Amino acid sequence: MSTVVFKLSGASFQIVDAKESSSGASCSLLQNAYRRYFEYIFPSARKQGHVKKKTPASAVSELQVWITSADTECDGFPNVTSDESYQLSVDSPVSVLKASTVWGALRGLETFSQLVYEGEYGAKSINRTEISDFPRFAHRGVLLDTSRHFLPIKVILANLEAMAWNKFNVFHWHIVDDPSFPYLSRTFPQLSQQGAFHPYTHVYTPSDVKMIIEFARLRGIRVVPEFDTPGHTQSWGKGQKDLLTPCYSGASPSGSFGPVNPILNTTYEFMSMFFKEVSTVFPDAYIHLGGDEVDFNCWKSNPDIQKFMEQQGFGTDYSKLESLYIQRILDIVSSTNKHYLIWQEVFDNGVKLKQDTVVNVWIGNKVEEELQKVTEAGFTTILSAPWYLDYISYGQDWQKYYLAEPLGFKGTDAQKKLVVGGEACLWGEYVDATNLTPRLWPRASAVAERLWSDKDVRDLNDAYSRLAQHRCRMVQRGIPAEPLFSGYCAYEYKGV
Amino acid sequence: HINSIVFLLLFIMLSYYLCSFIVLIMFFSLPAVNAVWPMPQLISSSTDRYPLSPRQFIFQYASGSSAKSGCSVIDSAFKRYFPLIFVDYLKKTEKHMYRTFSMQPMLNVYASIHLSFPFSVVDKLSVSSGQASLRAKTVWGALRGNKTIHIRHYFVNKTEIDDFPRFKFRGLLLDTSRHYLPLPAILKTLDAMSYNKFNVFHWHIVDDPSFPYQSSTFPGLSSKGAFHPSTHVYSQTDVSRVISHARLRGIRVLPEFDSPGHTQSWGKGQPGLLTSCYKGSVPSGTFGPVNPAMSSSYQFISRLFKEVASVFPDPYIHLGGDEVDFTCWKSNPEVRGFMQKMGFGTDYTKLESYYMENIINLTKTLNKTSIVWQDVFDNHEKIPEETVLHIWKGSPAQIQQELSDITLAGYRVILSAPWYINHIAYGQDWTTYYNVQPLNFTGSEQQKSLVIGGEVCMWGEYVDATNLSPRLWPRASAAAERLWSDEKTTSSVTDAFPRLTDFRCRLLRRGIQAEPLFVGHCRHEYEGI
Repeated sequence: MSTVVFKLSGASFQIVDAKESSSGASCSLLQNAYRRYFEYIFPSARKQGHVKKKTPASAVSELQVWITSADTECDGFPNVTSDESYQLSVDSPVSVLKASTVWGALRGLETFSQLVYEGEYGAKSINRTEISDFPRFAHRGVLLDTSRHFLPIKVILANLEAMAWNKFNVFHWHIVDDPSFPYLSRTFPQLSQQGAFHPYTHVYTPSDVKMIIEFARLRGIRVVPEFDTPGHTQSWGKGQKDLLTPCYSGASPSGSFGPVNPILNTTYEFMSMFFKEVSTVFPDAYIHLGGDEVDFNCWKSNPDIQKFMEQQGFGTDYSKLESLYIQRILDIVSSTNKHYLIWQEVFDNGVKLKQDTVVNVWIGNKVEEELQKVTEAGFTTILSAPWYLDYISYGQDWQKYYLAEPLGFKGTDAQKKLVVGGEACLWGEYVDATNLTPRLWPRASAVAERLWSDKDVRDLNDAYSRLAQHRCRMVQRGIPAEPLFSGYCAYEYKGV
Repeated sequence: HINSIVFLLLFIMLSYYLCSFIVLIMFFSLPAVNAVWPMPQLISSSTDRYPLSPRQFIFQYASGSSAKSGCSVIDSAFKRYFPLIFVDYLKKTEKHMYRTFSMQPMLNVYASIHLSFPFSVVDKLSVSSGQASLRAKTVWGALRGNKTIHIRHYFVNKTEIDDFPRFKFRGLLLDTSRHYLPLPAILKTLDAMSYNKFNVFHWHIVDDPSFPYQSSTFPGLSSKGAFHPSTHVYSQTDVSRVISHARLRGIRVLPEFDSPGHTQSWGKGQPGLLTSCYKGSVPSGTFGPVNPAMSSSYQFISRLFKEVASVFPDPYIHLGGDEVDFTCWKSNPEVRGFMQKMGFGTDYTKLESYYMENIINLTKTLNKTSIVWQDVFDNHEKIPEETVLHIWKGSPAQIQQELSDITLAGYRVILSAPWYINHIAYGQDWTTYYNVQPLNFTGSEQQKSLVIGGEVCMWGEYVDATNLSPRLWPRASAAAERLWSDEKTTSSVTDAFPRLTDFRCRLLRRGIQAEPLFVGHCRHEYEGI
């Protein structure tokens, strides 16, 4: 970045396709992005219309976006191998953003919009700059939990927007869990009819889901749904009789239910049909299958399961039963041509996994040992453990998230390559639409930089000043991102 | 039976509009009837319930009431509470339903305000067939009672309530110096405070980071000391708007102008006010607390407080007096000279004491009573007896000791230490705020009567308009019940949980961004972001 300053005028500046670009007017993803970023740069120019005027000297009048690859991927979905790199050259009168695909162009547009600042007399200004940029990790996710509290669509969309400003590219949608089942399944509508907090006001209809996926796609964000089984499924049981294991108190059923019943054929028939639907509704190549925190007590209490254990020769090792269940689920999901992620316990419990399984490390202690073990076994890994943003504490906890180093464990280069990214998790016990957004931002922004930028970018003072500005930018763009510390934004949040 | 007719008609209407029996069931899964928060002192409620028609329900002054139409506080309360009771009445889509209601012979319910018993001890609300009456000795009591009459789904149960607050001072502190809070954020907080029966807004208006109060006497204070001289200030109009908004809700506005410490921002617009710190024999360029050795300091404070005393009608002013750092005073040769002259030796608490006594006396000449942080009591003893001490720090044992000591010395006291709700933690920390026992300290009955109340503090280091509301509510509601209700009837967190859960959904319905206590849902979720 140089000290040479150019002006930008809302009346003359425009974002256009470069002549050489393989992308054109038919790429609505980019056309939408041009409009969005123009409005971020000139928030008040919206109503004035766009009248082309003579550009003053030393101004940037055009940002040309040049997609170099023959396949722009404009109409596709982003995936874990998407090329998000870009080159940005800010110069007068024409700046150029060069990217192999639209995904890189989206990241570059975000960067460009962040380079613009208000100079003297409020004039939009930008310095002469050359940037060559690419993400350190391919999987940069945010987990939202819509089961413990229902999140209205509007909240999800607003946070997808904020994710794009932070170059996150995966929305890990922990859509169902014990407390509620808001996913409206076309195949099994009674799941949400009985299992949601409310069958109409607290559900995601197929068109809601479709809208979220498209909104995310336009911002280069994948939507990875999680349907966690066999534990965390209390809400499934309400609409799907006999799916869960009846727990016993002595010789008779206690009336309560445990994890999914792994010994019934009907369970797998249900799961086959259900995941067949999920695989068509969610276009991403991955489905998160959960598998965490399976409580064996209920299985142990059930005489049918005891008998089954005996028949299978499992003795009293219930992790073998879990293993049997998970393997069948993995087979079912594989048959729908999807890859899958699972929480680390599935690996820890010795469940036989296919080599293409992605292991999500979440347990907060012995993280480095776990990473070492999982990658030693050759599995692709995603790290969430250091970034449980639902755990709040007083003070500047963003620093802790910022300094967490995903590759700090002992291992070969090959092992480290297997860590493809990380996720900031905002579990929903204490979070709903009232407090989600300020709790997530800018704390998740600290994670975003760790996952995107070079590992040597870790100076807290430097980060503080950039992050404080970034949070004001988010506030100005309409997201109630909370403050890092005492101070102010030129434009405070007005949406009380 | 009227209820069953209404039920039937509702069934037909809802079936028509929503085509679902389940919706009907949900609609009628009424929350607990005794969902009043904070818990009234005496309440007896029966299962008899009366429907209320928004078309026929009216508030009116009882014939014996000493407050009559034209009383701004009550008139505007009637106007405010009508839509809070009939939440959806103004919504176009649901109007049909009420038309059906009004075709039925409905019971009229009147809330009548009796103000003819000026010495009655309690506020009474009684709801019975045909009319409800609310008696209060002042309009402020009537406001609290109005809040109690929230009727769910347009039914109200036969209820008798005698209610009064346990503590007279039930405050909430907002800090507009560490972050500027736009006016709508303050007004919204006042609304929520009134739903929680808080009655004091402690406005920590200025501090080190910024001076947003626009003084007409010293405009330089905010033009130099605010984060921004025009966008991050409270004009005189803003201040009077806050005061009148608060007044209509029965809330006092207690301004705090904290000195001699916590005044960095004052120095920007008032050169010479702060102590110049020295490094060796030369000024270091930094500044410390207000310079207590200069008579100009007292002249300035006197003029500023004269303005403050006229702008803020409350008879109390909070003078702060906390966390005075002596390092800068010690470094300054003039201050050292003054110490010598006054015979203070090297005991800088004497200097602090000298300063505080001066400004407390100065406040007294303006016919205002001072409230000061506990440091003033801890550091010295010559404090006028009408001064109120404000406890803000210490372990539970230290707090009890402080309560004992201050009340033994005969001072009135306000308790804030257990309610620093800017300190957030994972989980249900509201239970900590709920379990506080303000009078659990060693002392006579006389001493306990000196505890006039408590205050929830939301300091601003990490809080601005983006996260204020969900951080305040419903966590502050826990303290609200502790300060209003009888401790014996509200000692169980388990009993409080469902009531508070219900109350937070009600706050949400009224547009207050109150966060959840735990897993679950509200019928109407927050629709903002």
